[in-house]
Amino acid sequence: MRRPLTLKDHHHEQRIFSFRLLVAAFLVVALSLVLVGRMAWLQISQHSRYTTLSDENRVQTQAVPPPRGLITDRNGEILAANRPDFAVELIIEQVPDLEATLTRIGELVALAPDDLERFHRRLASPRRPWDPIPLRGRLSEEEIARLTVNQHRLPGVRVAANLVRHYPHGKLFSHVLGYVNRLNVEDLDAMTLTEQSNYAGTHYYGRTGIERYYEQRLHGKVGYRQVETNARGRILRVLEEQPPEPGQNLRLTLDMKVQQAAYDALGDRRGAVVAIDPRDGSVLAFVSRPGFEPNLFVNGISHQDYARYREDHDNPLFNRALQGRYPPGSTVKPFIGLAGLDAGVTDWQRTIFDPGYYQLEDNPHRYRDWKRWGHGWVDMTKAVVESCDTYFYDLGFKLGIARMHDFLSDFSLGQPTGIDLLNESAGLLPSKEWKRAARGKPWFHGDTINASIGQGFVLTTPLQLATATAILAHHGKQVTPTLAADELRPPPRPDIVLNNERDWSRMEHAMEEVVHGDHGTARVMAKGAPYRMGAKSGTSQVFSVGQEETYNEDELAERLLDHALLISFAPVDHPAIAVAVLVENGRHGGSTAGPVARQVMDAWLLNDQGELDVPAPLPRVPTPGGTVP
Amino acid sequence: MSVREYLRQMPGQGGAILGNGLSARLHLDAPLLAALMLLALGGLTVLYSAGGGSLDLVARQAVRFGAGAALMVVVAQIPPRSYRFWAPLIYAIGVVMLILVVVIGFEAKGAARWLHIPGIGRFQPAEIMKLAVPAMVAWFFSERNLPPRLLDVLIALALIFLPVVLIAVQPDLGTSILIAAAGLVVLFVAGLSWRLIGLAVVVLLVAAPLMYFFVLHDYQRSRVDTFLNPEADPRGAGWNIIQSKTAIGSGGVTGKGWLDGTQSHLDFLPESSTDFILAVLGEEFGLAGFVLLMIVYLVIVGRGFFISWQAQETFSRLLAASLTMTFFIYIFVNVGMVSGLLPVVGVPLPLVSYGGTSIVTLMASFGMLMSMHTHRRLMSY
Repeated sequence: MRRPLTLKDHHHEQRIFSFRLLVAAFLVVALSLVLVGRMAWLQISQHSRYTTLSDENRVQTQAVPPPRGLITDRNGEILAANRPDFAVELIIEQVPDLEATLTRIGELVALAPDDLERFHRRLASPRRPWDPIPLRGRLSEEEIARLTVNQHRLPGVRVAANLVRHYPHGKLFSHVLGYVNRLNVEDLDAMTLTEQSNYAGTHYYGRTGIERYYEQRLHGKVGYRQVETNARGRILRVLEEQPPEPGQNLRLTLDMKVQQAAYDALGDRRGAVVAIDPRDGSVLAFVSRPGFEPNLFVNGISHQDYARYREDHDNPLFNRALQGRYPPGSTVKPFIGLAGLDAGVTDWQRTIFDPGYYQLEDNPHRYRDWKRWGHGWVDMTKAVVESCDTYFYDLGFKLGIARMHDFLSDFSLGQPTGIDLLNESAGLLPSKEWKRAARGKPWFHGDTINASIGQGFVLTTPLQLATATAILAHHGKQVTPTLAADELRPPPRPDIVLNNERDWSRMEHAMEEVVHGDHGTARVMAKGAPYRMGAKSGTSQVFSVGQEETYNEDELAERLLDHALLISFAPVDHPAIAVAVLVENGRHGGSTAGPVARQVMDAWLLNDQGELDVPAPLPRVPTPGGTVP
Repeated sequence: MSVREYLRQMPGQGGAILGNGLSARLHLDAPLLAALMLLALGGLTVLYSAGGGSLDLVARQAVRFGAGAALMVVVAQIPPRSYRFWAPLIYAIGVVMLILVVVIGFEAKGAARWLHIPGIGRFQPAEIMKLAVPAMVAWFFSERNLPPRLLDVLIALALIFLPVVLIAVQPDLGTSILIAAAGLVVLFVAGLSWRLIGLAVVVLLVAAPLMYFFVLHDYQRSRVDTFLNPEADPRGAGWNIIQSKTAIGSGGVTGKGWLDGTQSHLDFLPESSTDFILAVLGEEFGLAGFVLLMIVYLVIVGRGFFISWQAQETFSRLLAASLTMTFFIYIFVNVGMVSGLLPVVGVPLPLVSYGGTSIVTLMASFGMLMSMHTHRRLMSY
């Protein structure tokens, strides 16, 4: 142990110091080499990896959505268009304080409670990350300017120019066109990977109607754009671009004039009209009333509007023409009559006596005719013209439910027609097998008797009635109702061949008498018509009334009144239109539904001068590549 | 006592001042000055690009350089013995101010690094301690026999870690590390025994995990986590380091060219003009630019060591070595953190990063180095 010295040993100190300084210098050199080595590793051996990362950072591939195809009627009238729209959108991932941002936007542009409510609903629903959420559309130039000037105070907020689907005719075509609304995650989940990438930039998706059915054709193919962006996602320049393939325009078989006539003729009543060109299955009018405003749905319907539709007792969102199942009532009689003739159960000469009711042997139950004291002696023609129930009770009973079911099925009754719309209702043609399976009960004679006047279990849609009428009008030639003008849809069944071909024209003649005869149930239709038409009216009971009760219409609530139905075609010699009309609670088929059908036929068959001028059928050119499901 | 020693200890009379011209009259060191000017010019060039072509930013930084250079010249005129004389007092005042900062910070329920002094304005006492701590330890050892005995080592450690702890709780990990390093370097060059150094290394290795779990703040811990695995949270805490490595790596050997760095110009790189400016340099000038920068830095460090080696008394020798080594530690920690070798601590790239206080402090320390070198006296028998 060294004793402490008063004086410092400077030489010793200096030696130690110099050595330590040397060690420090070595340390510096060594650590510098470590740094250079690290940088060299990053910049030489990892160079390509980091170059890729850097490019991935700045270069982004953006999907460019294709413009959606336009929809027109057969004459080129635009039914669904794309309207340019400026909307303020938020990319939530980039918004630091949502509430403050919304408040600030609210100071710049007017925000209705509806806008905010819709925005928050969209925010809460599943969506693609970094997908902009629209807050308000239809910005004015001034509002756009105000937002743009304040852009720097609003990170994550942008004004975007979009093409928004627009339906210029609103309610008129609502149930046939349907509508598009915002594409959501569930839509994407239901797609294949290829489809998903095709929808990468798309904001709208066909939800119902034509928009849904022809979604693929209308959508088109996505394009891509390589852009250089900064860290905040702002596009600085476009590096490469592959333009999208626009969706195909779709021409429909609908005729604006006929559609409008059908819509106006129904007026404010609940009901449906379907008009078909029997020559090729073209759907000329497809109306269900009340309609709804499709433009409300495009950017998300507000809670309030939707509740209004849901709570409306008239059920405006229900497509009566496609999905409404109604007993066809007496409109089914011409088809039952043909079935009986073809089966040889009856002929044109056979008569029966109608005392106002029909009774089976050994059974006291009386099946009443609509005419209390009966039609007297009735043959087939009179039974159709005056709509005699008793005649058809008898005929139906003799025919039996099995033969009735098979024959009517060929007319697309109780069967999907195959129209190019989704969720078509099949209706119901009962059979013994069906009743046992669905109700667990045996088939009774009474069931057959009810079915033979279109009551009981029988349910058909207005679309089916129009299709059946078109088939009847063209003597059994099958047609598939079609909305797209370029679709050639093969009929689902072989044409109907009767044992006696003349039965067609004789039944047509009977239907002509329904309109033009002195006792016809639809003779109001004939007034002032420059052409001849055939028709069959019907009323269908909303509920059954008891055996011996006569009911007073006025005492019943309007909703319990009979539905009015009518099928018709014209001109009789060369039918170019078949129309089915349903008016809910319209009471009398002939007087309520008849004039509606007449106006629809006039709109199609007459020119502007009111002269008969039958339009030629559409030239059908199938799309290359076949039909789209 | 030898004659030489006698002469050496005679204040102001030991002989003529060495050197001439710039050195003798202005007390400036030409090689150091040249290297510093080169560094400043290079730094401003990179800063112009990092700031997105903002001349405003460059001008403000240039003003700071000017102020730092002025301070450097002033500091260089003051002879080292004055620093030795004032070192204990400045150190004591610094510690008192640090305590005040901690108390104020405690009352404000948050981090505080600044002290408001009426008439002077905002003031960061930790900055002073970057110079005062090594000066204090150097003063302490200049009064003692070297190599230091264990008791002296313990006293020196206390002198170092009192302010370091006060700064660490502010909390300012970067500065406290630099100050601890500055003090420890004095201890090292003073001749701390290798056995104690070995012991310290072992203690540190044991203490590090304990520190991590029991001493570090949450945000500091997350920096360490991020350092160990930056990809775990690429959009959050790991973003900086991933983006800076991407910037550097994509620069390659020759770089993307001045003003052409996409990482910084498209705003992917955060803090590109302050702590992460090296990434801009790496991206735009590549490995070549970095090596050039290191050469200039090493010239400065080398000159610092030379001045330290040439110093004639213990205080200057120890302080010069410490200031030089601290400068290098700045470089090492910053480059290490930006390139992903070290966790992210707030240490700027010396004389290149945008920001005032560190430039002024560093220039003052170079002023002290120049003072030591130009106040040497010719020694003759």
